[in-house]
Amino acid sequence: MAKKQLPKNKEISKIVFKKGELVKEVEDLSGENLFGCYQCGTCSAGCPYVDDMDLTPDEVIRYVILDRSEVLNSKTIWLCSACFTCAERCPRDINITKIMEALRQIVLRKKIDHSNAHKTTKKEREKIPQIAFVSLFRKNIG
Amino acid sequence: MKMLYYPGCTLKTSAKNLEQSAFKIMEKLGHEMVEMDDWNCCGVVSSLSDDDLMRHLAPLRSLIHVEDQGDDKVITLCDMCCNTLKQTNLRVKERPEDLETLNAFMDRENDYKGTVTIYHFLEFLRDEIGFATIKKLVKNPLKGMKIMPYYGCMMLRPREVAIDDAEDPVILSDLLKVLGAEVIDNPFKIECCGSYHTVENKEIVSNRAHRITNFALERGADAIMLSCPLCRFNIDVRGKEAEKYFKDYKQIPVYYYTQLIAIALGIDPTVCKFDEHAVDPSLLLKKKGVYVK
Repeated sequence: MAKKQLPKNKEISKIVFKKGELVKEVEDLSGENLFGCYQCGTCSAGCPYVDDMDLTPDEVIRYVILDRSEVLNSKTIWLCSACFTCAERCPRDINITKIMEALRQIVLRKKIDHSNAHKTTKKEREKIPQIAFVSLFRKNIG
Repeated sequence: MKMLYYPGCTLKTSAKNLEQSAFKIMEKLGHEMVEMDDWNCCGVVSSLSDDDLMRHLAPLRSLIHVEDQGDDKVITLCDMCCNTLKQTNLRVKERPEDLETLNAFMDRENDYKGTVTIYHFLEFLRDEIGFATIKKLVKNPLKGMKIMPYYGCMMLRPREVAIDDAEDPVILSDLLKVLGAEVIDNPFKIECCGSYHTVENKEIVSNRAHRITNFALERGADAIMLSCPLCRFNIDVRGKEAEKYFKDYKQIPVYYYTQLIAIALGIDPTVCKFDEHAVDPSLLLKKKGVYVK
């Protein structure tokens, strides 16, 4: 697999895993078996955010299996908004949405947040529905 | 029939028109919808990590309060609330040991017995009232209106809590036919609107909205009909902001299904509060002669 340039976050890069630990952690958090994935790419084909992602969802799974913890630096895990399209379509019945959540949780549980919501202007704050804020906080703040 | 109703935060602020039109529809149908006592925010997105039970507390607490009121059914209008409440309900049914933990944690509440059924309002209209009943009551058919139904994610996925088929849902198009409108299909009807990225990543959401609205327009739709308050904001408000990024931008009005039912049933359109939308949806209704006010 060709190396992709991922954004570097100093804090996130400090999170280290021994061989095989990352995939175990993801499996524990998600309850999914990543080794069931045969890399068909169905998840990536249907993902509404794939154009903006640095790693496609199937690549994310492969990175985790291959102990490449730089996956935690990828934009992909924060772009996923849990629409469940990939989970619904996966022919191996793997819930990729839960895998994305597990990767976010690994970062968030190290007290590394991923939100600039405080920069939202007052005008925006007044018109955006609360459900948007609450879900953002739940997804991006530990 | 008297039905208990769980509102959720957005129905009390930016989606009051969704709530008020739904109340009037129930009245017109000869039923009553009563807001439940002591509800709280559902948390909007369900917990997706296996070990995170904490996030099931908020939805569970509201479900307990439904039982406390002696009821076993509750209607929701917000797609996100409906999804979250249903997912928690399912989790505690499938894993009784988790329910035990959650019940033990909430020592000031009664234990949840697991008796509550959660209805999306659309689901309630389809399964308990029947679209045929609504058809009989239509006074102002939406004649000549070409409308694209937009489903989004939360009423269709995950499949365990879905109210229709995840890939080819029909509930909104069936409803549109009953109301007398012409249905315009669109492959983007089940794609995410951009969800909470609307807070920090407006451009991505405008981009998504533009893709959805543009395709609807290309297929000849005059309007979009949807259910979720966050989809409405993203497709309507962020959709309009797409004029900053796209030269080919054309606006298209967005309706809640409850607004269109209300109009079709001859309910006073002031409950629809069309002035709160970014693209005024009342103009099309006037143009098509569905209502003049």
